Amino acid sequence: MAALKIEQGASSHSAYDLRDPNAQVIESHTLAVLVDNEAGVLARVIGLFSGRGFNIDSLTVAEVDHLGHRSRITIVTRGTPAVIEQIKAQLGRIIPVHEVHDLTVEGPSVERELGLFKVSGKGDKRVEALRIAEIFRANVVDSTLESFVFEMTGTPEKLDAFAELMRPLGLSDLARTGVAALARGI
Amino acid sequence: MSRSMTGARMVIEALRDQGVDTVFGYPGGAVLPIYDEIFQQNDIKHILVRHEQGAVHMAEGYARSTGKPGVVLVTSGPGATNAVTGLTDALLDSIPLVVLSGQVPTFLIGTDGFQEADTVGITRPCTKHNWLVKETDDLAATIHKAFHVATSGRPGPVLVDIPKDVQFATGEYVGPKQIETPSYQPAKKGDLDAITRLVELMEKAERPIFYTGGGVINSGTGASQLLREIVEATGFPITSTLMGLGAYPASGGKWIGMLGMHGLYEANMAMHDCDLMIAVGARFDDRITGRVKDFSPDSIKAQIDIDSSSINKVIHVDLPIVGDVGHVLEDMLKVWKARGRKTNAEGVRKWWAQIEQWKAVKCLTYRNSEKTIKPQHALERLQALTAHRKDRYITTEVGQHQMWAAQFLHFEDPNRWMTSGGLGTMGYGLPASIGVQVAHPEALVVNVAGEASWLMNMQEMGTAVQFRAPVKQFILNNERLGMVRQWQQLLHGERYSQSWSESLPDFVKLAEAFGCKGRLVSDPADLDDAIQEMLEYDGPFILDVMVEKHENCFPMIPSGKPHNEMILGEASTEDAIVGAGGALV
Repeated sequence: MAALKIEQGASSHSAYDLRDPNAQVIESHTLAVLVDNEAGVLARVIGLFSGRGFNIDSLTVAEVDHLGHRSRITIVTRGTPAVIEQIKAQLGRIIPVHEVHDLTVEGPSVERELGLFKVSGKGDKRVEALRIAEIFRANVVDSTLESFVFEMTGTPEKLDAFAELMRPLGLSDLARTGVAALARGI
Repeated sequence: MSRSMTGARMVIEALRDQGVDTVFGYPGGAVLPIYDEIFQQNDIKHILVRHEQGAVHMAEGYARSTGKPGVVLVTSGPGATNAVTGLTDALLDSIPLVVLSGQVPTFLIGTDGFQEADTVGITRPCTKHNWLVKETDDLAATIHKAFHVATSGRPGPVLVDIPKDVQFATGEYVGPKQIETPSYQPAKKGDLDAITRLVELMEKAERPIFYTGGGVINSGTGASQLLREIVEATGFPITSTLMGLGAYPASGGKWIGMLGMHGLYEANMAMHDCDLMIAVGARFDDRITGRVKDFSPDSIKAQIDIDSSSINKVIHVDLPIVGDVGHVLEDMLKVWKARGRKTNAEGVRKWWAQIEQWKAVKCLTYRNSEKTIKPQHALERLQALTAHRKDRYITTEVGQHQMWAAQFLHFEDPNRWMTSGGLGTMGYGLPASIGVQVAHPEALVVNVAGEASWLMNMQEMGTAVQFRAPVKQFILNNERLGMVRQWQQLLHGERYSQSWSESLPDFVKLAEAFGCKGRLVSDPADLDDAIQEMLEYDGPFILDVMVEKHENCFPMIPSGKPHNEMILGEASTEDAIVGAGGALV
């Protein structure tokens, strides 16, 4: 959330000091949230972020334990250290939330995202797109005479880089899953 | 032993098994099966309200005065949406409520059916948790879980949405003991190492202060007892938020009054200058802190709270202790005693000498009048004429009268003071007073009101008359939205935009129209007699107290100012009063 431009003194007839008193460094954190897979649980998590003005950069969710009815929500969020702590505490208050892990601070973790890239073109551009896809170890999952769909798994930064390279070569559509992440080791 | 019954019957069974004696509600199409069951039993009393918002505030009054959860029953659509303000109020003040709402049949959900609303969607951000029950077999267990969630940890409102076909269908009833242990089990005990560290700080502190809040009340009467013991034993001064009044008695020797925007000078100065702040069940609301940057700059801050999200939300706390106030205070007292009951006696003595100097400012001084009734004077007389009643319960609406009530009425016990603190809901006090009276039929229940707030839920006078709830409506009538007018005077160049009460009803005739009694008093000489008549009348009573129209509520921490820059009223010099508005611009 970008800071609003409120001039010094402009809020003098408000009960609040409307300028953010804690403007600090913004950090990106990846949170893993284990929840009961019940109706409305995702709405509770998303509603918390929108209702309290927190950021969501990406969000993935799927059931990971069918018998135990547990789902895993992976959220990439941004904020000052105090805001990140508040996000975790607020997530912890939601009744169907069982565990909240901050993978960014709890030790090394792996983060992966899957992307599908549709690149349309003919001639040299088409050859070049295929060549770069091989360098990035992307798979061709669909092909016509004038288009490819590449599938690639990697860090969000790798997907960003691939998309940048494909853009001048005819990138016409792009779908990304958002980050899934796990802590390394046992 | 499993028992087969309809969903509607299950609702009654579950409420009975949860020990519910009273339900506040209003019938409608989607809850008719449940109302049919209510008709056929006598264990649970149903209070028929006039508007669903009233039902929720009544349940809040019931809950706060008894410590038990309040129960509400409303129909689908408008019944549920009318409950939203009350739910939000209860969420912000951590009041345990269980609201049961009817819903259109499951097969109609999503078709924009008659009186259909996405109740769980609408109430998701204003409840602690909510459920839509789609199978009758799940209904009893869900209601039991709802009571567990509402009352454990930090209490709050919950809602169970019950489609009409689920009420008609038959399923298996399970009792509260038959359901699997709910996964929601908040920790009660605080970390003993942290508690010991706090005791060490208490032993050395020169300028300590207890800053207590509604969490002490919510933790139960035992927590208030422990708080009193610890305060008396250490000799530390204690202040409280609006929500925590009564946890420590106003007559207690260590009491320095309420703090915050309209708190006492001595309390706010002590908060600003302390070297050890012990926050107990209080959450550093913006009405408490003033300018965050300059909030109590030189103190070590410890905070005891059952909700870890309350810690470091607004103010950085050096020593957080997550746990139930009662449990933590008990451990704290044990550790402090075991370590030899030490305090920095010399430091604390000097600290008290300083506090006495602040007290000498007499920040609540106001200029009384023989011609018009001053609102502060009216409350002082109410206090004097009711102080002997140990069973006196006070509710309020929201505004100047609420702050004056907090300043001038004295609370000796917890659960005697019901006010909308977090949400600031005008229209809270009248229905809340009825909820309190229903729970305590013999008690004296007074709603201190402003005329504008009171009108917001005045229809509930019908409920008071119907159920013979002898609630006393003490209306401080200044024909203004007093707090709005005060802010416009001080902060918006005296442009009084829409802040007067035009075309007010004749409250005496209104009382008669509802079938109760009213009286208007405008001469200070008649005030005591009028209050006495209100107190002695056997039934609901509206006392219309015509007060000074332009009185301002002081002391006041103006916008964005720290605690040590309060505006005082008559307690300061003439010039300062004249200059007060100007100082803010």
